[in-house]
Amino acid sequence: MGSLRPPCVLTSPHSPFPTRYSPVQPMANVTLRSVRKTYPGGFEAIKGVDVDVGDGQFCVLVGPSGCGKSTLLRMVAGLETVTGGEIDIGGRVVNGVEPADRDIAMVFQNYALYPHMSVYNNMAYGLRNRGMAEAEIKTRVEEAARVLELSAMLERKPRQLSGGQRQRVAMGRAIVRQPKVFLFDEPLSNLDAKLRIAMRVEIRKLQRRLNTTSIYVTHDQLEAMTLADILVVMNGGQVEQVGNPLDIYEKPATTFVASFIGAPPMNLMSTRPEEIRSQLAGSAAADAGIVGIRPEDFVITDETPAGGLVLPLTVEAIERVGAETFVYGSREQEDQRVAATPGELPPGEVIVRIPGTQAPAIGARIRVAAVRAKLHLFSDDGRTRLKG
Amino acid sequence: MQKQAIFQSKLLPYALVAPQLAIVLIFFYWPALQAMIQSFLLQDAFGLSTSFVWFENYIELFKEPAYFEAILRTFFFSFAIAVSSLSFALLLAVMADKPLRGSMLYRTLLIWPYAVAPPVVGVLWIFMLHPSLGVLSRYLRALGIDWNPLLDGDQAAALIILAAAWKQISYNFLFFLAGLQSIPRSVIEAAAIDGARPMRRFWTVIFPLLSPTIFFLLVVNIVYAFFDTFGIIDTMTRGGPGKSTETLVYKVYTDGLLGGNLGSSAAQSVILMIMVIVLTGIQFRFVERKVTY
Repeated sequence: MGSLRPPCVLTSPHSPFPTRYSPVQPMANVTLRSVRKTYPGGFEAIKGVDVDVGDGQFCVLVGPSGCGKSTLLRMVAGLETVTGGEIDIGGRVVNGVEPADRDIAMVFQNYALYPHMSVYNNMAYGLRNRGMAEAEIKTRVEEAARVLELSAMLERKPRQLSGGQRQRVAMGRAIVRQPKVFLFDEPLSNLDAKLRIAMRVEIRKLQRRLNTTSIYVTHDQLEAMTLADILVVMNGGQVEQVGNPLDIYEKPATTFVASFIGAPPMNLMSTRPEEIRSQLAGSAAADAGIVGIRPEDFVITDETPAGGLVLPLTVEAIERVGAETFVYGSREQEDQRVAATPGELPPGEVIVRIPGTQAPAIGARIRVAAVRAKLHLFSDDGRTRLKG
Repeated sequence: MQKQAIFQSKLLPYALVAPQLAIVLIFFYWPALQAMIQSFLLQDAFGLSTSFVWFENYIELFKEPAYFEAILRTFFFSFAIAVSSLSFALLLAVMADKPLRGSMLYRTLLIWPYAVAPPVVGVLWIFMLHPSLGVLSRYLRALGIDWNPLLDGDQAAALIILAAAWKQISYNFLFFLAGLQSIPRSVIEAAAIDGARPMRRFWTVIFPLLSPTIFFLLVVNIVYAFFDTFGIIDTMTRGGPGKSTETLVYKVYTDGLLGGNLGSSAAQSVILMIMVIVLTGIQFRFVERKVTY
């Protein structure tokens, strides 16, 4: 039972039940083994996913809408059935286990607070269902409220709270349970931009303190990059790439990942046009079908780096955001579309990210160059990353 | 807040409400006024002379033990009809809310009884439960129950409650289903993750969230049981055996039209009118406050 689990940081030193907990937190890694979800109509929402989230790690599932990330999370929660493969939480296969018995807590996108209960009762509900003593419930709820700065609002109803406060109540409801795993289903998407960043940091800090294994779903690549220990990039019901966020950023496995992770997106170009083919000839890069360059890896220069790539551009637009400037240029030579993926630039357009506010004038003709080491090479179909 | 319409002409707004006003005045306030006037009058047995008697009809009415019995009976009927109809409708709605194959058909069929007119409902149930003709009566007797609602007052009352509640189930079902569907699924999922089993989930989350609907339906059902059960009572028992199924509305009819005591009948109507005004008042007060959780 969740009630017998160790205190984490949440149980205050004044807890009347300090000795009841064992000092060791049980391992709670979450392992998905070729997990599949096929709906009765035959639609395959999840096409075999393998992910291993270690104990205390923060795993983020990211992808465009409809990629199956929320479905996968709901399968871990037990809200959707698993039609193939195994979901393992803390060494126990939970495929047929009720959500209540999986020892997980979930934070929903719309918070899903109980509108007829006070903040206190919202947090206490899960503990009461598990038959915990009222005195202990009080200790836990008050401690969670203190951590989340909700102490003054325990008697209020959810409708009397702001969006950010509701979000914190939803977090509180999850942490008082001291579950093995936290599940987050786009918890910040209903908040305004400023609050979203603040809450993002809060969630990360809280997770570090509690050291509870977490799975977090988002479509926001920035949220994904900043929160994740392990990042899982999904597309069309499949995993495109799993790994450390910076590794993924630096070595995207497919053109989908390359354009989805990073904003503004990576420039992806076909190697077929003569302009590019001639520059790559004679190296290992000659076999590549698609070449990608991150906007920040371009420099505006007249020099030609050895083995690198130089493109003449006409400046179309300038975006100054203060610390840096984005230069949108068009290539002389028409390019065919490389791959249809979200966040991708229109064909023939190249984006260059330069520090500061100094930028060429609109309509100016410039040369941009990237060194060889910064070129990302992919196969023709964009599904394989080539060694460069 | 409602936006205020602004008219250039002073007459136009009055002209626009006139048709509605005319209908209300002619068909509602005029008869109500007539009843009120009548309740202060006393007519002799042959209808030859009428005299103004102030509140004598009311005083006579309250001296009559049968009237208090009718009030108690009506309250009991209303309570029994509302509770049985509401609880059965809620049960059906909870089951129909599940994603079932053919749920559209199932839901549509459950709404049909509402289209049946009250006297027809009465006839239907009489056919099934008539002591000598009824199909179900045979089984009841086979079970050792001495079923004869034509002689046994309690059984007659049960029969009325059954038929009246049955008719109202569809209406309640419709509102309950809509109410259930407006509860966000994620709230119920959150409760499931929070360790609440289906029964506990129902009583601690779904039921409280339905409470505005339940309250609304409770008032509607009481009003229905007070007034709209006339057709059912008239076709099934005519208030009998004895007076065991004579409700306030039916007593207005028997005393006035059958007994010829128009003054007393009118006084009873006025009292009923006050009751329904109070009920509606309560309803509006709470609906406006969005009663709730």
